[in-house]
Amino acid sequence: MNFIFSHRKISGLLALVPANERSFVDEMSNFNFPVARSLKLKKVMGYDKHRIVDGPVCASDLACFGMEHLFNRGLLGRDDFDALFVVTQSPDYFMPPTSSVIQGRLGLKHDMFCMDISQGCAGFLIGLIQAFLLLDQKSVRKVVLINVDVMSRKVSLRDRNSYPLIGDAASIAIVERSEDPAPIHANLKMDGTRREALMIPAGGFRTPSSPETAVLEDDGENNFRSQDHLRMDGQGVFNFVQVEVPPMIEDLLRTAGCTADEVDYFLFHQPNRFMLQKLADAMKVPYEKMPSNIVEHYGNSSGVSIPMAIAHNLRERLTSGTINACLAGFGVGLTWSSMLMRLGPLEFCELIDFA
Amino acid sequence: MKTIEEVLKGIRPEFDFTASQDFLGDGMLDSFDMMTLVSDLDKEYGISIAGVDIVPENFHNIASIQELLRRYGKA
Repeated sequence: MNFIFSHRKISGLLALVPANERSFVDEMSNFNFPVARSLKLKKVMGYDKHRIVDGPVCASDLACFGMEHLFNRGLLGRDDFDALFVVTQSPDYFMPPTSSVIQGRLGLKHDMFCMDISQGCAGFLIGLIQAFLLLDQKSVRKVVLINVDVMSRKVSLRDRNSYPLIGDAASIAIVERSEDPAPIHANLKMDGTRREALMIPAGGFRTPSSPETAVLEDDGENNFRSQDHLRMDGQGVFNFVQVEVPPMIEDLLRTAGCTADEVDYFLFHQPNRFMLQKLADAMKVPYEKMPSNIVEHYGNSSGVSIPMAIAHNLRERLTSGTINACLAGFGVGLTWSSMLMRLGPLEFCELIDFA
Repeated sequence: MKTIEEVLKGIRPEFDFTASQDFLGDGMLDSFDMMTLVSDLDKEYGISIAGVDIVPENFHNIASIQELLRRYGKA
């Protein structure tokens, strides 16, 4: 499915990560693997440090901290926006929506569209598409798009496939209308038949959490996790990304009449460095145009990884200038999406600690 | 240049890879070892094995890895 928008922009971006930093080397003893083997994997996958919430911190805690930062710094007024979208896979509750929790905690006006979107690694793009669509309504001046996840709370400490790469984080993007008529091209695909490649089997209504679902089991590769934990078919997800993403980007560029050389940065979701470098090789894109340094600094924070890549790598450049950016997200659902847009200049672009 | 067997031993020195026809099925490599193996083969042979080729059937045994490398003009 293709989309085309115009007169839309991201005007500001804040990313925040928990101050609590863990290192793969310190955590290796949790995994039932020889040290040398783990260290080799560290090098290939880019595991190093990751940011994890300390204690029972919830999605709304990170989101409210970020929003208060924007209010206190005068970067966003409490009444400046008319919609609040929250993209998360780790809601505070089944009900009410986390967007309602945030609206209430911040004391925002009632004349507001609050909505949760259950999405993961493609969630920044899904959120942008929704925000762009809602801005067709004249009554909506700005949309606040929050991506937030605290997935570390749903990953087994003894799962070497998932725990070293997981990161908690939030981002807040301000989306609004623009004078710029330049087209923004996007595409989106979904395949629910492969939904089990990334899932938390228990804890919903289908399989409620119970003492049985909390029992740790060996996956056959010395990773121990329960039905209550995140499960990732690493091989299946890797293959999905390598098969689906390059042609998606080719389609996007062809539709937009743009070449890869005309793109300044390919800002992709970052599951691990190896996966990104294989994508870059397949697309014949130099590594420096496709940053893959988020996992090693912060971990994979699902839908936040693209805004994190922007804030970590380009915040100075984007507060004064513009880049031609190709964004891509891929993951749970399975879902894959990409967008070609001019980014910047941003009124603000910051990366802060949540403490 | 290291042989395929030497590259494999660099990842899992405890196994005799010539004795197996199914590294993954016999528990000698897991899915993450496969990524490490690809990274090592890329470096050793000066190639970049495409992501779409990183599937279990190309890493069952030394013969299947040899066939994969042949497609990249190596081996």
